[in-house]
Amino acid sequence: MTKIAYVREKGIPPSPPPLTEVGIIRWVRQNLFSSWFNGILTLFSLYFIILILADFIPWAWGGHWQTKSLRECLDLDPNVACFSVLTARWKQLLFGLYPAEEYWRPTLTFILLLLSIVPILVPKYLKFFWFSAIYPGLAIWLLWGGSFWSVAIVYIGLIFGFATYVILSSKFLKTTSMALSASIVLTVLFYLFFSSLLVRFLSFLLPINLPFVDSLQLGGFTLSIVVGVSGIVASFPIGILLALGRQSNLPVIKMICVGFIEFIRGVPLITLLFVASVLLNYFLPPGTNFDIVLRVVIMVTLFSAAYMAEVIRGGLAGLPLGQHEASASLGLTYWQSQRLVIMPQALKISIPGIVNTFIGLFKDTTLVSIISLRDPVGLASTIRADSKWNGIYWELYIAIGLMFFVFCFGMSQYSQYLERKLKTDN
Amino acid sequence: MSSSNFPKEKFRWGMLLSDTRYRGTSLQVITFIIFVAVFFWLVDNTLKNLALMGKDVSFNFLGMRAGYDINQRLISYTNDSTHARAALVGILNTLVVAFFGCVIATIVGVLAGILRLSKNWIVAKLMSIYIEGFRNIPVLLWIVMIFALFTEFTPAPKAFKGDDPQASMLLFDSVAITNRGTYLPIPIMGEGAYWLLICLSLSIISAFYFVRYSRKVKKDTGKGFPTFWISICIIAIPCIIAFFVFGKPISFGYPYLKGFNFKDGLHLRNSLLALTLALAFYTSAFIAEIVRSGILAISKGQTEAASALGLRPNKIMNLIILPQALRVIVPPMISQYLNLTKNSSLAIAVGYMDVRGTLGGITLNQTGRELESMLLLMGFYLSVSLLISSVINYFNRSFQIVGR
Amino acid sequence: MKKSLILGFLAAAGLTAGMASAATLDDVKARGNLNCGVSTGAPGFATVDDSGKNVGFDVDYCRALAAGIFGDPMAVKFVPLTSAVRFTALAAGEVDILARNTTWTYSRDTDLKQTFLGVNYYDGQGFMVKKDLGVSSTLELDGATVCIQVGTTTELNLADYFKENGMSYEPVPTADNAESQQQYLAGACDTYTTDASALHGTRVNLENPDAHLVLPEIISKEPLGPLVRHGDDNWADIGRWVLNALVIAEEKGITQANIDSWGNSKDAEVHRLLGTGDDDMMAMVGMPKNALYNAIKAGGNYGEIFENNLGATGGINIERGVNASWTKGGILYSPPFR
Repeated sequence: MTKIAYVREKGIPPSPPPLTEVGIIRWVRQNLFSSWFNGILTLFSLYFIILILADFIPWAWGGHWQTKSLRECLDLDPNVACFSVLTARWKQLLFGLYPAEEYWRPTLTFILLLLSIVPILVPKYLKFFWFSAIYPGLAIWLLWGGSFWSVAIVYIGLIFGFATYVILSSKFLKTTSMALSASIVLTVLFYLFFSSLLVRFLSFLLPINLPFVDSLQLGGFTLSIVVGVSGIVASFPIGILLALGRQSNLPVIKMICVGFIEFIRGVPLITLLFVASVLLNYFLPPGTNFDIVLRVVIMVTLFSAAYMAEVIRGGLAGLPLGQHEASASLGLTYWQSQRLVIMPQALKISIPGIVNTFIGLFKDTTLVSIISLRDPVGLASTIRADSKWNGIYWELYIAIGLMFFVFCFGMSQYSQYLERKLKTDN
Repeated sequence: MSSSNFPKEKFRWGMLLSDTRYRGTSLQVITFIIFVAVFFWLVDNTLKNLALMGKDVSFNFLGMRAGYDINQRLISYTNDSTHARAALVGILNTLVVAFFGCVIATIVGVLAGILRLSKNWIVAKLMSIYIEGFRNIPVLLWIVMIFALFTEFTPAPKAFKGDDPQASMLLFDSVAITNRGTYLPIPIMGEGAYWLLICLSLSIISAFYFVRYSRKVKKDTGKGFPTFWISICIIAIPCIIAFFVFGKPISFGYPYLKGFNFKDGLHLRNSLLALTLALAFYTSAFIAEIVRSGILAISKGQTEAASALGLRPNKIMNLIILPQALRVIVPPMISQYLNLTKNSSLAIAVGYMDVRGTLGGITLNQTGRELESMLLLMGFYLSVSLLISSVINYFNRSFQIVGR
Repeated sequence: MKKSLILGFLAAAGLTAGMASAATLDDVKARGNLNCGVSTGAPGFATVDDSGKNVGFDVDYCRALAAGIFGDPMAVKFVPLTSAVRFTALAAGEVDILARNTTWTYSRDTDLKQTFLGVNYYDGQGFMVKKDLGVSSTLELDGATVCIQVGTTTELNLADYFKENGMSYEPVPTADNAESQQQYLAGACDTYTTDASALHGTRVNLENPDAHLVLPEIISKEPLGPLVRHGDDNWADIGRWVLNALVIAEEKGITQANIDSWGNSKDAEVHRLLGTGDDDMMAMVGMPKNALYNAIKAGGNYGEIFENNLGATGGINIERGVNASWTKGGILYSPPFR
């Protein structure tokens, strides 16, 4: 009897999945047509996309880039875009009326800006923080020009003040508060009486000058970035103070802070800008009259300080109460505990919020066009008043919109990345 | 050392700053003095400057003849009306944009937020593009571009003329979309229309009570009625009957072309439409993100637990997810409404006569009263925003999770 | 630290914290440049060309003034101003002179406390319609939709005119001239009203000028001119006479090109004007003797400035019309330079 029992030694190879469950078909089935409702949505979306692209692509693809005026574009082919306006004006859209031979200055300022942010955002490079600290002065000097020393003197004064504080507190005066107030008085005296003399002396000794550029020549995206960045930087310390003030248990201080924050958040930015352009002159001593860009930066700073305060308050609220109690039990004073314990943590969790505030502020800088500054939107109307480009529309606005999108989208992606990173950290 | 036996120390002036018992108070006094001093300094400067320019602070201009026309007015207004009335027209126009903007923004935003989480790849991507596009481009540009879309891609009223018109009206000749705006049929109240309105409000109230009753029944017995359909019937049937009983008191005025323009009908100007839509879309992108993160904030365990209990997906959404998500969603959403209202001050870009356009624009320009106009304008926006933030506070208080 | 940075910035950015004092000329000289308020963008009057240079009719007037003061037509800082902020900016001393196609009216002269230096452009408000609308007079515009720029006197004129004639209209307010034009072309309004000069200028540049018509009625007087603050008569005199000099130069035929050949002219007024004679007329207002020579040399006489910006050379193609010199049938007439 032969054994006929059959024992299978190998498993049956898995049969290939049904055609509808592999590759692209599966993907389409799962992601586009998982139900009849989804199917309809898909078809509808496709129709919508095709509808838009069918009009847009031929218009944009065949666009003219090299004509001298809108009229020439229309003569060539009126049905396509006339991007020549961008060819003719892209420098203005980026730099405003900044003198052409000085374009390197805003460009360098922008590159240095990116570098100066690195130490703040990447802890590894924190040792380069000194660069972030001197950047504002450097940027001001690069953009506006004039003597290097007239900007450097601000830093020299600060160093002087710090040095006097160190010397006084270690050698002569016992209490820190006395040393502090003495050094502040000395610094103020330095600024008031000695600084201009020193500037003159230093400029004589080592003249480093850049041609002076007037604020009104700033424009385009340079202006947007200048207003946005200086607004956010200057509002940062004010925002911290406001946030602390709002949480304070001293009723008067709390009231003032809450009142300020609610007032600023309650009115549209455009009214504040209008105050900057029309009313600020009323509020200052008769005859004071200063730079419109500076006035705008001041108002924008106040504006973003209120929002910043709320963001930081959110960060503070995110810290457990135990942190305050623990630092108090270690015997730290209020300011010591804020500086060493609370703020480092609170600020870290509020970075995404700060970036978002910045994005909002950066977009809002377009409103300065309403008070006649030449940001990209303001420039667009100036360009449209030139008889050569009179009647142009979409090309300009689409280009400006695209620029803003690239900036803001990039930053918002970064802030989302940060948010994710911070979440895993905790 | 316990706090009860501090050594009795003699008071020194230095203690005002160094002693924590006094420091708070002295700090506040100093702040207050500085605050008041700065305030008076500003006021003093202002008065001096005004005196230098030979101006005074006076609100009399509000009572003077405005002299300009406003195209969209919800209350009667002519160029003989006062500046105050022009401001009021502007305020109403602002509120109209703000209201409809918020409504549309909420609907679109919630839809977009949910659709962005959709499993349908193309829809999710499309919604991402929509949201990121609107979020990352300044609202001023959106307003200008959407207005241009309306102007350039809709037919002029002239196109409706002639025997072979290039454009035609929609929905049985009742709606005309032109580049001057959209004309809709307008309800005309005839005699007895008020009875109809009273009837309508009564049935809405009774439907409301019915819903409450049916909920109670459901809670007590577990059995419910088809609440939705019944309440629709409660509202609709009496109204339809009343409509015929009172002899069709409400009819519609249809727009028709006469002279240069369409006449009759409800005229929604393009400036209004473009501004409202631009603000609504812009804000809806933010609301969508709020809704999305609100839904994502509810842990997946909640959904799984609910489906383990045998609840169907729409019940899970209604009974489990939404009530929890709303707590996270509503406060930031209301502050988006506030932003929308403030952004409506950009109306000038499309020539929509909101309060900034009338009071803060033409009136200010014609009378040269910058200070007064701006004060009034800021006062208006401030009171709106305080109103809205008190709503947020109320919501937060009433929906707070009760802490441990 | 940030605060002191701002303070430093204030110092560094060259704050001009000085009284808008009675002697504007001294301020201007001390500053080294003229601050001139111009429009943010009005075709032909003030705009920025492809190379980033300010150009326009009003711009050239300011250049002439600067040339008169400094001998350098480029010593001007142009401050773009919207119609809403222009008067405040002037009153606050932000600009020394406002050359921003501004209509001279009684209340602006008195209530807003400004001094108009004269008229550099006689304008009037008109209407443009498309020919196929079949309208030949403004009086047929009852019920029309009218595009109009907000914040200008045209708005008030429009309201008055339609009321006077018992007609109704629907205003479509727009933010600027380019916007009005776009709305009009798209047909969002039946007619488009602004200063007639701008209408003519716009019409010529449209794709098909013959399809459009500027209606014959001019419903208002719009004398446009530069203006300064009340209270500095010397400064007003300087501005006024630079303007007059440009007009006189055209009367006499002095142009940018031939100005140097007038040295041995027999006309005593020319010598007084150009400072080539013995009399130093300009010393009376504290200006250099050859100030007006420089002013004319900067951009040419009134006619040349007009032609370069508003005429065919400027691409706008506005006819001189009433803005021609009185010797050529216009109403441009300068008092004698004596």
